[in-house]
Amino acid sequence: MVQLSSTLLYIAFVLYLIATLFFGGAIRVKKKDGVDRWATIGIVVTIIGFIAQLGYFITRWIAAGHAPVSNLFEFTTFFGMMLVGAFIVIYFIYKTSLLGLFTLPIAILVIAYASMFPREISPLIPALQSDWLHIHVTTAAAGEAILAISFVAGLIYLIRVVDQSKPSKRTFWLEFVLFFLISTLGFVIVTTSFRAAGYEAAFEWIDKNGKQDEMVYHMPALVGPHEGVLKTEGRMTPLIDMPAIINARKLNTVIWSLFAGLGLYGLLRLVLRKRIAAALQPLVKNVNLDLVDEIGYRSVAIGFPVFTLGALIFAMIWAQIAWTRFWGWDPKEVWALITWLFYAAFLHLRLSKGWHGERSAWLAVIGFAIIMFNLVAVNLVIAGLHSYAGS
Amino acid sequence: MKEKRFWLRTVILAIMLAAIGYTIYSNVFVEKKAIQVGDSAPDFVLTDLNGNKIQLSDYRGKGVFLNFWGTWCKPCEKEMPYINNQYNLYKNEGVEVIAVNVGEAKVAVQTFVNRFQLSFPVVIDQQDQVMNAYHIGPLPTTFLIDKDGKIVDMITGTMTEEDVRKYMETIKP
Amino acid sequence: MEHVKCECGHVNPIGTVLCEACGKPLEEVPTLVDMRYEGSARRSQTYNKTIIDKIWNFFSSVKVGVWLIVITLIASAIGTIYPQQMYIPPTVSPAEYYEQQYGWLGKWYYTLGFHDLYSSWWYMLLIALIGVSLVICSLDRVVPLYRALNNQRVTRNEQFLQRQRLFSRAQATDYETALRHVVDKLTKRGYRIREENGNILAEKGRFSRWGPYVNHIGLIIFLIGAMLRFVPGMYVDENMWIREGEIKEIPGTKGKYFLENKKFIFEVYEKEKEKEAFQPAIDRVGSGMMAKNYQTDVVLYERVGPVVAGEEPKLKKIKSFSIRVNEPLKHDHYALYQVDFKLDELKNMSFHLTDKQTNKSFGTITIDLIQPEKEYDLGNGYKVQLLSYFPDFYFDENGNPNTRSKVPNNPAFVFKMFAPDRPKGEVSFTAIRQTIEPLGDNKYKMSFAGIETRNVSALTVRRDFTLWILGVGGAIFMIGLIQGMYWNHRRLWIRRIDEEVLIAAHTNKNWFGLKKELEGIFNDTPFVMPIDQADKRS
Repeated sequence: MVQLSSTLLYIAFVLYLIATLFFGGAIRVKKKDGVDRWATIGIVVTIIGFIAQLGYFITRWIAAGHAPVSNLFEFTTFFGMMLVGAFIVIYFIYKTSLLGLFTLPIAILVIAYASMFPREISPLIPALQSDWLHIHVTTAAAGEAILAISFVAGLIYLIRVVDQSKPSKRTFWLEFVLFFLISTLGFVIVTTSFRAAGYEAAFEWIDKNGKQDEMVYHMPALVGPHEGVLKTEGRMTPLIDMPAIINARKLNTVIWSLFAGLGLYGLLRLVLRKRIAAALQPLVKNVNLDLVDEIGYRSVAIGFPVFTLGALIFAMIWAQIAWTRFWGWDPKEVWALITWLFYAAFLHLRLSKGWHGERSAWLAVIGFAIIMFNLVAVNLVIAGLHSYAGS
Repeated sequence: MKEKRFWLRTVILAIMLAAIGYTIYSNVFVEKKAIQVGDSAPDFVLTDLNGNKIQLSDYRGKGVFLNFWGTWCKPCEKEMPYINNQYNLYKNEGVEVIAVNVGEAKVAVQTFVNRFQLSFPVVIDQQDQVMNAYHIGPLPTTFLIDKDGKIVDMITGTMTEEDVRKYMETIKP
Repeated sequence: MEHVKCECGHVNPIGTVLCEACGKPLEEVPTLVDMRYEGSARRSQTYNKTIIDKIWNFFSSVKVGVWLIVITLIASAIGTIYPQQMYIPPTVSPAEYYEQQYGWLGKWYYTLGFHDLYSSWWYMLLIALIGVSLVICSLDRVVPLYRALNNQRVTRNEQFLQRQRLFSRAQATDYETALRHVVDKLTKRGYRIREENGNILAEKGRFSRWGPYVNHIGLIIFLIGAMLRFVPGMYVDENMWIREGEIKEIPGTKGKYFLENKKFIFEVYEKEKEKEAFQPAIDRVGSGMMAKNYQTDVVLYERVGPVVAGEEPKLKKIKSFSIRVNEPLKHDHYALYQVDFKLDELKNMSFHLTDKQTNKSFGTITIDLIQPEKEYDLGNGYKVQLLSYFPDFYFDENGNPNTRSKVPNNPAFVFKMFAPDRPKGEVSFTAIRQTIEPLGDNKYKMSFAGIETRNVSALTVRRDFTLWILGVGGAIFMIGLIQGMYWNHRRLWIRRIDEEVLIAAHTNKNWFGLKKELEGIFNDTPFVMPIDQADKRS
C-alpha cells in the first residue's frame, strides 16, 4: 500500500509535466471550430494526473489510518493537489489553457518542494489525534489553493501588461517574483543532487543554552553552526559561524537555494538575452485581460470563504478542543489571521475603491507570498505549536 | 430630520465608545482578580493543630487578620513573629488572627509553630479548598476582614511589624 | 432643501448620483455609470457640520477601514518575530530573556512592548476601531442601498441604459413576440420579471447584495463576544495538579465539583507494537521517543449540601471519564483538559531501623510523604519519632536544612530513634543518599528500604459563556460571506423607445457568467445581444 501510494504520486507528477507541455502547445495552435485539441488533451492528462494523486492520497490514508496531512510533506503535497483541483474547476468555467500552462508548473514545483522533506508515514502525536485534523487541514489547504489561482492569474496579467521596453520598478518586482519561483527549483535541484551524492558532514556545536550538540549537514556548509567543529573528514569547513539563535543548517540550505536560483536565473538571462518576463510575454499576448482579471477576482471570491472556514473557524473549533482555547496567538494562527485580513483588504479595495486590473494583480501576488510565508517560513523558522509540522 | 440624525449618531458612537473603553480599561489597567476588596469574605471551616474546628463566620463582630503562608516561604517566616507580637497586643481589642497553612504536612507545620511559639490558631488547608475560594497566588497573602465579614484590604508580600500594627488597627471593631 | 427631484418625478435624498427610480444621472458622470451602491447618496458624505458628523464620516470611509486592516496586519506580523511572553519559559524574567536570547533587537522588542503585543491597549484599540468602522460603514451604505433597490422602476432613463457596461440598441422588429420569448427564457433561469408599458426589468440574486452587511453583522457579534470575555463571571481559566489517588476540589467551580484521579497513563510509540507502515518514521525519531497518549482516568463528583470551604465534602458521583488530549471532560459548561503531567512523584518512602554494626533490622517504617506520622512504633521498645520533615530539601543560606516547596521532590527527615538500649533516643538527619548524625556517633541508623511513586496529572479547567456568541457570530459571518460571494445580483433592462429596443444588463460581479447567460437568452431571438462597452476601451 505504501509503495503503491508513492508510485501514484510519482505518476501524477509526471502527468502534470506532460499536461504542461500540451497546454504550452495549445498556445501556438489556432483553434479549429472552437475546439482546441492540444488543450483538450492537456486537461484530460491533468485530470488523470489528479486522479492518480487522489489515489496516492487515499492509499496513504488507508496505510496510515489517518488523513495524510500531518506533516510538511503531506500538507504541501495536498496543497499542490488542491491547486490542480482548483485549476480543473476554473478551467471548466473559463476554458483558458493559458492558466494551465502557468498553474501546473507551480503545482509541480510545490510537490517537488514537498518531496524534499521526510516522507515516512508517521503516527500521530496526541494533539493531532482528532477528526478535526482532516477537516481543518484539508479545508484550509483547499482555501489556500483556490486563493493561489488568483496569483497565477495575477502573474499572467502582469507578464502581459508590464512594459518590458525599459527597466522600471514593475519589471524589477516581476523579475523578483519569477526569481523566487526559480529559487524553489534551485532548492529542489541542490537538495536532490547532494542527496544523490550522499553528502554528509557532522558538526559539534554549542546551542543557545550553552549545551553541546551535534548537527548533520546534507549540503556543504557555507555557514556553520555556533562554535561548530567539523567531525566528518574531508568535508568543507564553513566560511563563517552563525550565532546560536540562528538555525545554521536551515540558513545554509536557503543560501544554497538562492545561489542555485541565481545560477539558473543568470543562465536563463544569458540564453534568452532579455528579462524572463519579457521572454514569457509573447506566450500571453493574446490573452483577454478582462477575463484574466475576472479569474483572479473569482478565485479570491470563491477561495476566501473556504479559507475562512478552514483556516479560522475550523481551526478555532479544534484549538478549543485540543489546546483548551480557540485562539492563542500562536504564530501560525497569527499568520492565518494576517492572510485573512489581507484578502479582506483586497476585496474591499476591489469592491469599494475600484482596484481592478494591474493593482489587483499585484495584490494577488502579495497574497500568495503571505500564504507561502505561512506555509514555509512559519513552520521552519518561527517556532510555535504548529512546528511539529516542519520536522 | 437633522436633529434626529445627530442624536442617533451620537448615541451609537457613545455606546461603542463605552464598550471599547470598558473592555480596554478592564483588560489592561485593572488587575484581574476573582476576589476583590469590598466582597464579603468566603466562609470556611478548617481544623487547627489541636483538632479544634475554626470557622470564619464564628468571628463576626471581630476583625480578622487572615494570613496564608507556607513553611518554605522566607517572607512568611519573617513576618510571622511580627504578627504574633501584634496579635498579643490586639487580641484584647477584638482582632483575631487565623493563619492558614497551604496544605503542608502536619509535622512540618507543627515544627514551625513550635519554633516561633505562635499563639494564634494555625489551620491547614489540606485540600486546597480555602486557597481556591480566596484565589491564592504568591505567598504570603493577607486578607483584612472587618467585623461585618467584608474584605477591607488584600496584601501580597512581606510586611514590617509597623505594617502589621497599622493593618490590625484598621480592622479593630 | 434636503431633496433633489428627478424629471421622472421621484424625490431623491441630496447627494444622489443616479435617480433611485429611473436611474437618470443627476450629476455629471463618465461614459459608463458607476453602479456601486446604485449611485445612491451615502448620507455621511453629505452632511458634515458637527464634530459627531465628522467622526462619523471618518469611520464611514472604506479607505479608513482598509488602512486600519493594513495597520493591524503589520502589527500582527511584528508580533510573530520573536515568541510572545506567554510562550517563553515562565521562570525567567522577560526583560532578561529577550535580551539574552535575541541581543539588542530582543531588548528593543521588549522595551517597545512587542513581547505582549496582542493584549496591549493599542492593539485592542486597533481591533475595536475596525469594529467601529464595520458598524458605521455598514449602516451608512445599507440604508441607501435598500432604498435604491426598493425604489427602482422598470422603465429606466435612456442615459442610464446606454451608460451600462453591457448595452445594445437596435431596431425593434416583431417586438412583442420576441419579448414574450425572452421573458419565457428569463423566467426559466430564475429571473423575476417586472413589466411596465411593455418594458422589462428582469432581476435575480438581489439577496446577494445583503451578503456584505450580513457578514459584517456576524463579525460585530463575534467582536462583542470577545469583549464579553472580560466581564466577570463569563470566563473561567484555572489549572490543577492532581496526584493519582487524590480527590480534589476543581478550582473555579466555587467548591461545587470534585475530581478523583484514578490513574494517569502516558504511552509512547514503540517499534514492535506499531504497524509496518510506521516503522521508518519511528526509526528516524527513535523508538519510544514519540508520544502516543496522555490520559487521566478520573471520577467527577458533585458536592451535596451547602458549600463551606475546607469542610470535608459529601460527594455524589457524577461520572467516570478518561480525559485525553482532544477529549476533554465536559459537564455543566465546564471542560477539563489534559495539559501536563509529572511521572513518578514520590509517594511513600520505607526505612529499616538497623543496627549499624550487625546490620540487624528491628522493623520497617513506611512514611507517607504527603502526611507523615509523628511517631512509628515498631514494638519491643523500638520506635521512631519524626522531629522534622522537609519534602523538598535543600540547605539554605545559613546552612540550615529547609524546604523549597511542599512537593516531595527530595524528601529529608530528622528522626529520633528509640531502642531498649537507647531510651533517650538518637537523632539522625536522613536525606536521599545522605545521613548526618548531629549529636555524634549513633548505634542505630535508618537504612533506606524502598520507595513507591505515582504520577501527577495537570488539568486545565475552562468555562466560557462567550463561546456560543462567538459561534453565532462566526456562523452569521460565513452565511453572509457565502451569500455575497457565491451568488451575484443580475439585472436586465429591455426598453422600447419609439422604434428602437434598448437592452442593458448589469451584475455586481462575474461579468463572464452574465455574458454567457445572455448569449443563451438572446441567441435565437431578433434582439441584439448587449455588447461589453468596457472591451471597447481597452
